Amino acid sequence: PPAHSHSDWIGPPDKHSNLRPIIFYVPPEESALERRLREARQEAQASNQRFWAQHNRAFRKEKEEFIYSRLKAKGLEMRDDSGQKATLNAEEMAEFYKDFLSKNLKKHLQYNRDWYKRNFTITFLMGQVALVRALRWLRRRKKNVEQ
Amino acid sequence: MSAARRCRPPRALAGLFVWHLRNTGIRQIPCQFVNLCHVANEKLITFQYFNFLKRMYVTQCNKDLSQQAKPKSDSIVSPFHEHQQLHREKKVVHKISPVSPVHQSWSETSSRSELREMKSAVETEDSVTPVGAESKEDRQWKEMKLQLDDLPGILARLSKVKLTALVVSTTSAGFAMAPVPFELTCFLLASLGTGLASCAANSINQFFEVPFDSNMNRTKNRPLVRGQISPLLAVCFAASCGIPGIALLTLGVNPLTGALGAFNIFLYTCCYTPLKRMSISNTWVGAVVGAIPPIMGWTAATGSLDAGALLLGGILYSWQFPHFNALSWGLREDYSRGGYCMMSVTHPGLCRRVALRHCLALIGLSTVAPVLNITTWTFPVISLPINLYISYLGFRFYRDADRSSSRKLFFCSLWHLPMLLLVMFTCKKSVLEKEDKGDLLGKSHERAVEIRLP
Repeated sequence: PPAHSHSDWIGPPDKHSNLRPIIFYVPPEESALERRLREARQEAQASNQRFWAQHNRAFRKEKEEFIYSRLKAKGLEMRDDSGQKATLNAEEMAEFYKDFLSKNLKKHLQYNRDWYKRNFTITFLMGQVALVRALRWLRRRKKNVEQ
Repeated sequence: MSAARRCRPPRALAGLFVWHLRNTGIRQIPCQFVNLCHVANEKLITFQYFNFLKRMYVTQCNKDLSQQAKPKSDSIVSPFHEHQQLHREKKVVHKISPVSPVHQSWSETSSRSELREMKSAVETEDSVTPVGAESKEDRQWKEMKLQLDDLPGILARLSKVKLTALVVSTTSAGFAMAPVPFELTCFLLASLGTGLASCAANSINQFFEVPFDSNMNRTKNRPLVRGQISPLLAVCFAASCGIPGIALLTLGVNPLTGALGAFNIFLYTCCYTPLKRMSISNTWVGAVVGAIPPIMGWTAATGSLDAGALLLGGILYSWQFPHFNALSWGLREDYSRGGYCMMSVTHPGLCRRVALRHCLALIGLSTVAPVLNITTWTFPVISLPINLYISYLGFRFYRDADRSSSRKLFFCSLWHLPMLLLVMFTCKKSVLEKEDKGDLLGKSHERAVEIRLP
């Protein structure tokens, strides 16, 4: 993002977590409230990134392992004659999906609670910041009018 | 349905006299706003109003299916046309355009199907170009500043406006099926209120699901995911749609409809959305969410919760299952990775059983309709072929449990519902017929009394 910009910038989705990173703009006279908001957003971003990157990586790894073990049981290789990657059909994969979901359910429940809490806090802080800014703007206008 | 009938003073005009026999007097109109208008303009509009009604009911009494040019039927035909249009659009549009047409519905209806179709269209066909075109735009860093000229499009995507349109059409189907004369203002108010409530619910849903949406192919282009709008603005938009919407329903239509609307928003945002990640019971809750709009349409028209409303709700409730279960069959990988608890992933056998069960339930519900005096007996007869067909596909899905049978069932469900509602509407039992019978009985009773008196 350019140096003169006064707003946040959002980038393309991350390779592992599929989340879009945000670069936050730090205004020169950042109030305590605004700093709290920015830090909360940064923390949430970091936490989400950690969770999803690890989760997706685990998914891909376990999927590969599952396919490999199944193909081996069937007596096939990972790549067939034409060099194409051998895959299992949807019904066979379904077993893996079911397994993966049940294994990770508890992790997801914990993450959900965490995410909802963070989301509400951030949005509430955003509301407060917006309110403060609006009041400041009104006060400035009043001063200008008086002058 | 309770309709207060009052005797009108006899009028000189013979034509009007006939009218009064056939129509009720000033009825207890459940739509409060319309009530006020009626009281004010009573003498003026009455004749034209009843004339208008007569025209509508005459066309209905003919029961001529070819006579499609009825004001009411528009609302029901449109979802069907929309479906077709969207289908055609999907086949043509290869690029995954930023405007993700429809997403998770209140009960995961055809919206998901459309996107799913789009996704599969991309998969099966030219996968390189569309992905290439999209990722180029994606790889850029974008300023997180609200662009005002983009705002309408962003809000449309946030509120899932196409899905909202489908929900409003089911509400208008409920309104149309209610055994009361059609009132345009009430109809428009109910539709608008429901539409606003649906926009609010959809926005809150997207607000809750940002990281999950980023990880699923179907939903990764939503406005909040892409940072086109801040979460605060999304919540404010939801509030500014939901509060006026519910207020409009409560004050302009009737409190019952308003209460149902508010309850539905709550059910969707606070029950269904979190439950999706906790247990498979979310599908049943979602089916209720989808069943409530037609009930709202009915209560908007009649002001009370009758058996007919529950039947219409029941039909929509049952329809959700073959629709959603078939759709979710192809999305198992994304659900598993995203952490969504869906029957298709965790209990595949149950998934197919439930879909079949509810296809058969649709046949049963269609048979109950004439018993409750909502439609004539031609309805179960005419709807039997389509109900049997979807049940057959449901059975195939149950037996084969593969991608092709799930797709067939899903696409069938897309045209099945509009067709069923349309047939139901054309077989609707006319209000006049019932009143005629009532009047005749009353008159013969009077005559009998008169004969005995002297």
